[in-house]
Amino acid sequence: MKPATFDYYRPDSVVEALQLLEEYGDEGKLLAGGQSFIPILNMRMSEPESLIDINHLKELDYIKEEDGYLKIGAVTRQSKLEKSPLVKKLVPILVEATSFIGHIQTRNRGTVGGSVVHADPSAELPLTLLTLDAKVTIKSMDEEREANLRDFFITYLTTEIMPSELLTEIQIPLQHMSNGYAFEEFSRRHGDFALVAVACLLDVDEVGTVTSGRLAVGGIDAVPVLAEDAMDLLIGKKLSESLLQTVGEKVVEDAEPDDDLHASKEYRLNLAKVLIKRAIQKAYGRAVKRGDSL
Amino acid sequence: MTKVLWTQQMIISTNINGKLVEKSVEPRKLLSDFIREDCGLTGTHVGCEHGVCGACTVLVDGTAVRSCLMFAVQADGAEIKTVEGLKQEKNGPPLQDAFSECHGLQCGFCTPGILMSSLEFLETNPNPCTKDITEMLSGHLCRCTGYKGMIEAIHKVSNKNL
Ligand code: FES
Ligand code: FES
Repeated sequence: MKPATFDYYRPDSVVEALQLLEEYGDEGKLLAGGQSFIPILNMRMSEPESLIDINHLKELDYIKEEDGYLKIGAVTRQSKLEKSPLVKKLVPILVEATSFIGHIQTRNRGTVGGSVVHADPSAELPLTLLTLDAKVTIKSMDEEREANLRDFFITYLTTEIMPSELLTEIQIPLQHMSNGYAFEEFSRRHGDFALVAVACLLDVDEVGTVTSGRLAVGGIDAVPVLAEDAMDLLIGKKLSESLLQTVGEKVVEDAEPDDDLHASKEYRLNLAKVLIKRAIQKAYGRAVKRGDSL
Repeated sequence: MTKVLWTQQMIISTNINGKLVEKSVEPRKLLSDFIREDCGLTGTHVGCEHGVCGACTVLVDGTAVRSCLMFAVQADGAEIKTVEGLKQEKNGPPLQDAFSECHGLQCGFCTPGILMSSLEFLETNPNPCTKDITEMLSGHLCRCTGYKGMIEAIHKVSNKNL
């Protein structure tokens, strides 16, 4: 299993990378952490003419708080995210979700931006960032634009990003960061691809009534599913068994999961409902606790 | 900017186990193959070549990574440690002894990768709990031992450090 031949480019700046993308477009593939992409190359499922290695772009390696956002550079390693005290303080759900990505040895190399553009429907970061209502900055030679993640994922491994474009930054709004959060995932073995994963953010008032909630599910459709209508059912209520049941049913209502070797369609849908319930309960518990301690 | 056409080779310079190595490689050469074939350091094993088994784990600039998921050209300028350099590390020989004493290996195919991961792990977690060790080991497949001995071995080294 050796990759096919390719021309290798290592730009020293974002501008150089954009020039290369402009020139090579479809034939040029960006190489970030490579933890999903290099296996694809090794198995020759992809044989690009050129690889543009952006690992050296230090200008895209940062985590900072600015203008009410947590901003993460695209080539920030996942392990850096996981260990960052700033992320832990501001967006703890990201730390929890990151710990489920592959293994320590792959997180040491895998990047945040790489995971978002790879757009695996069961991957932890796309799902969690969608729950967090994150947006991304996308650059090309001609323009710089922003995209909300809710419009960004199109289908399996496909996003709206164009061949001449580079995702440079992920921005998470911090204004209304929820007190309650939870990330739940089930896979055959720890570190394997998730069969289903759920991210949930939740707030409650002093008497424990839900005031806001966001939830997304990965692994039950071609893109992570943001469950807005279903979560609205929780607003103004306290948790009950029957309410959780209804919410779970509603989230998976229109989902079209795969039927494959790892799990059947029915199994995935059922698993999703179980994990949705667990995630909401856990987030709720944390929200109530955080409210008490404030 | 660095540019290497597929027909060309690039001269890379890396520090492997404390020795400066300069060699020319074609862009598609995996770091694991570079280490084994070009540098003759066959202690680093290759199991799956797609990032699943962890046998090929080495330290690149101090962090444990899978060398089959990197190209040699990407290691230009990096500091690499392989199992052959283990004896130079503070926790190296104690790890080797503990693995042997606790039956942390049988056929030994997975061992070089696991030792390198353990080395980095003990650096950042001098006194780990079993859960942390299991989590670290989850990046490695061993078909012989059942992992119990390894967990014990790593505890043993960390206790010595106390
Ligand atoms: S050979 Fe690299 S992970 Fe298996
Ligand atoms: S000792 Fe044989 S595979 Fe681990």
